[in-house]
Amino acid sequence: MKHIVIIGGGIAGIETASVLTDAGHWVTVIEKEAQVGGKLNNWSYLFPDFTPADKIKSVLQEKCNEKDFSILHQTEVSSIHRKNGKFNIETSEEQQLEADAIVVATGYELFDARRKEEYGYKIYDHVITSADLEQLLLPNGNLTVAAGENPKRIAFVHCVGSRDEKSGNHYCSKVCCITGVKQAIELRKRLPEAEIYCFYMDLRMYGKHFEELYREAQEKYDIQFIRGRLSEASEKIDKSLLIKAEDTLSGRPLKMNVDLLVLLIGMEAGKGTASAAASCGIGCEDSGFLKTADSFLNSNFSEQEGIFLAGSCTAPMTVNDTILHARSAAQEVNNWLLRK
Amino acid sequence: MKDFGYTVIKQRTIDYDLFDGRLLNEVLELEPSFKVCLSCGGCTATCSTNDLVSFNVRRMNLLLRRGETVELESEIKKCMLCGKCMLVCPRGINIRNVIMLIKKSIPKYKTVTL
Amino acid sequence: METNPFIWPFTIGLLFISCFLIIIIGIWISGLSHIDKIRIAHSIFTRKSLLAIRETFMESLLHRKIFRKNLVLGYMHMSLAFGWFLLIVVGHIEAWNHYRSLSVPAYKAIFFRYFVTSPGTTLSEKTLAACVDLLLVFILSGVMLAYFKRLNSRVFGIKKTTKLKAGDRIALTALWLIFPLRFLAESVSAGIHHNGSIVSQPTGQILASLLPVHTLEMPLWWAYSIALTLFFVALPVSRYMHIPVEVVLIFLRNYGIRVKKRIDGYSRIQVYSCSRCGICLDSCQMTHAKIKDTQSVYVLKHIRNKNLTDEKLFNCLLCGRCQSDCPVGLSLNDLRITQRIESTKEYNSSYEYLRNGPVEVSPQTEVIYFAGCMTHLTPAIIKSMKEIFAVARVKYWFMDEDKTSCCGRPLMQVGQYEAAKKLIEHNRERILASKAKKLVVSCPICYKVFNEDYALPGITVQHHSEYLLELMANKRLPVNKMPLHVVYHDPCELGRGSGIYHQPRLLLDEYAEVIPVKNEKETALCCGGSLANIKIQMNERNQIRDEALKEYLSYQPDMLATACPLCKKTFAKSNKLPVHDIAEIVYMAIQEKQNLQKTEYKKEMKTEFWK
Repeated sequence: MKHIVIIGGGIAGIETASVLTDAGHWVTVIEKEAQVGGKLNNWSYLFPDFTPADKIKSVLQEKCNEKDFSILHQTEVSSIHRKNGKFNIETSEEQQLEADAIVVATGYELFDARRKEEYGYKIYDHVITSADLEQLLLPNGNLTVAAGENPKRIAFVHCVGSRDEKSGNHYCSKVCCITGVKQAIELRKRLPEAEIYCFYMDLRMYGKHFEELYREAQEKYDIQFIRGRLSEASEKIDKSLLIKAEDTLSGRPLKMNVDLLVLLIGMEAGKGTASAAASCGIGCEDSGFLKTADSFLNSNFSEQEGIFLAGSCTAPMTVNDTILHARSAAQEVNNWLLRK
Repeated sequence: MKDFGYTVIKQRTIDYDLFDGRLLNEVLELEPSFKVCLSCGGCTATCSTNDLVSFNVRRMNLLLRRGETVELESEIKKCMLCGKCMLVCPRGINIRNVIMLIKKSIPKYKTVTL
Repeated sequence: METNPFIWPFTIGLLFISCFLIIIIGIWISGLSHIDKIRIAHSIFTRKSLLAIRETFMESLLHRKIFRKNLVLGYMHMSLAFGWFLLIVVGHIEAWNHYRSLSVPAYKAIFFRYFVTSPGTTLSEKTLAACVDLLLVFILSGVMLAYFKRLNSRVFGIKKTTKLKAGDRIALTALWLIFPLRFLAESVSAGIHHNGSIVSQPTGQILASLLPVHTLEMPLWWAYSIALTLFFVALPVSRYMHIPVEVVLIFLRNYGIRVKKRIDGYSRIQVYSCSRCGICLDSCQMTHAKIKDTQSVYVLKHIRNKNLTDEKLFNCLLCGRCQSDCPVGLSLNDLRITQRIESTKEYNSSYEYLRNGPVEVSPQTEVIYFAGCMTHLTPAIIKSMKEIFAVARVKYWFMDEDKTSCCGRPLMQVGQYEAAKKLIEHNRERILASKAKKLVVSCPICYKVFNEDYALPGITVQHHSEYLLELMANKRLPVNKMPLHVVYHDPCELGRGSGIYHQPRLLLDEYAEVIPVKNEKETALCCGGSLANIKIQMNERNQIRDEALKEYLSYQPDMLATACPLCKKTFAKSNKLPVHDIAEIVYMAIQEKQNLQKTEYKKEMKTEFWK
């Protein structure tokens, strides 16, 4: 029986573990947090159809409970060495593991919005990120702003930390535009009287039902979309925010007072991915995400034989893309082991 | 090119075939980073001059690309070269150099758009 | 007096170069402004001339500054300069001593060993002859080093050598030949006439035993004379103009003459004083970004040859490192700005909208806070300053809270001087109308221009690090040293640009632990974000920044402290190290102390309540 070690217990890691266990292999998942699920634990409702994240989470938890793969919680990988055609892995808890194959599923990190200082995150009171808002949109979330009132005007800022030379990330994070539209709609449902604006450079509605959701946002939910990049925000005495942008379609600068500013932060390859790359000897792209063997037929293979890649450690991905990528990784690992 | 049967006031249409690209080409050759502008408007949003008088940096790109050198010449003079636009630009364009290049070369290329 | 045709090339060459220098320097000085000429007239017979003579001795001859850079490089320059100077002086003394007269023509002193074939008899004659010999050996050691420097400059502590043009090549070759030829000529004559001294005599005898010295004597003296002549004739079109011109520069500089905003004789003198030593190439950080043809030495060369392009002139960060290191003390930044003014003078904007637009009434206030354009994009600095003003209970007018025109310096850095004056006038009116006594700025670029170009009588201009230090010293701010290890980055415009190195450090020391680094204060590194460079690309700026960061990271600090919003933005982009302005660090420390005090107070209240 072959042993496969999966680094990362998020959606990709658990899904890969599940499929490989079904195929008859022995799998160990190494997860640095106390619970599995990765970033899925931060989201409440998933686009484009508002599926509750709990639904996916509970399926994942079921798999962990019922299937026979082990999970090492609060553990990280210290080093990996090849020996006699297998991998020797040492963990932060000083365990020694031997594996026939490794799957890297370390996922992503969210962009730290403090790096975009001109938007005032953690400097002004009422600037939050999409991750913060996701928690506030839960039924018991508190959306009040100054003087304990609900915000009357909310602005979303697209492309925070993505497509931005100044943040060091030139790529598009893919999911933030649709997240913005989704959250705008959710906010509208909570605050029927509020004015909600989205400040965008482009609207990337590439996926299934994305464009339809965008249309619905305009038609049914009165979300207004303004094409213009926010340059900065400043705080007024009453803690409301004065934002500066240009309304490029009318060609004039625009100033606006808003009560709440939501920053749609992008994805970054995190420290976990960087350290996994270092331990495994895998290269990274300029973006920091892991290099796959190619873009079409071998996107689960890394440059190292026996080390496979699953999920958003290779590129920004949605939840459904991640699940598919993970299942594909499991398939590739299985076939590779059979060929050996 | 067929007119679609209605009167078109010439001044409003951009007749791209009449476009004189010499100034644009000179600027692009000396400042190639300008090619990647996506007209996001961040520059105009943060511009110091914009607070004091109507000035649209992003529009300079457009005027340059459509050969509207007369308007470009009178507009470009307003820039104070403070550099805030460069600190905001997501494509990392060297905007101050573009402005200086236009200021330097535009007397050579003044054309009147029809 | 006896003579020989071979002295004529030398004599004509010497006359030529003397006349040329007198004429050209005369033209330059006569082209100075009226005030400058008065300055010269008033300073000639004062102590300033003595200081100038001393500086000439220290720098033009002994090359002290080059010695500080690298011992071998310093020795090489000194041996050639000081050695040759002494050789000429001692040679003349030898001639005066021998002929018992002070009116000895130059060629008699230079070609002494040809004309005086009898060896010295008196002690003074023998001593002088020995001195001449030793000096010649001293110079020859320098020539050898110069030769090796062309081949392998790393030994001399500098990584690159400057490229040579035709005039330079002729002068260089002539210079390198002069001393070996003199040595050979004197040795051959010594071999024939036995009139040599401690080095030339033995050499002469060896040569006499090996070679037909009688036939060699005349050709060698001719060659020596021609080498000298070639050097004199090529001097005006070579870098060696710096030899005479540098002396003029030192005197004028001591008399108080400065580089102006328009090109005049003094800037020409500065340009010709560049010895092309190449030290500025090493100081320039742009070489980290593979920009290798825009440094000061090349720009000065292009100015001389009248082929300076904008691409080179404007591709400089004006960080001042080359100016700090220049052994001749050239005002490299000012020279570049003067050239930029010349290059862009046709298209200065008039900014009528400043005059014609509505001007808000300035509120009456003691203190004005001018954040600066860039600071609006680093709002943490503004927030910290606002909170600190509140803690210290200072009433102030936040002049550019909503909108202002820019301070004007970014325009000046790219040569748009006339345009900058319009912005300066507009802001100045507003500042003076408020009757303020103090102007606190957060941006060093603004600070420099407010200090140097704004003429604000009765107003003290302070960078916020100076102001906060003052507040803290007057006990208006609580002190709290946090256990943070901080590296302080000197901004170019505040440090080398305005001489403020200590105040930020003194302030920071009260609130954190400042780690000294290798390249700081006058030798501090530039972040690469400078607005003065209008040609450089973002990825090149990143390379410069990364080199500076590499050094700072090697000290493993908890954070990097800056005093400039542009430096902060530039370093923060790399995401390798937390970067905070001094004002933020001060405010962080004050907040920490206040929170501590609050919890202490709450505890106290609780115990009081339960008593």
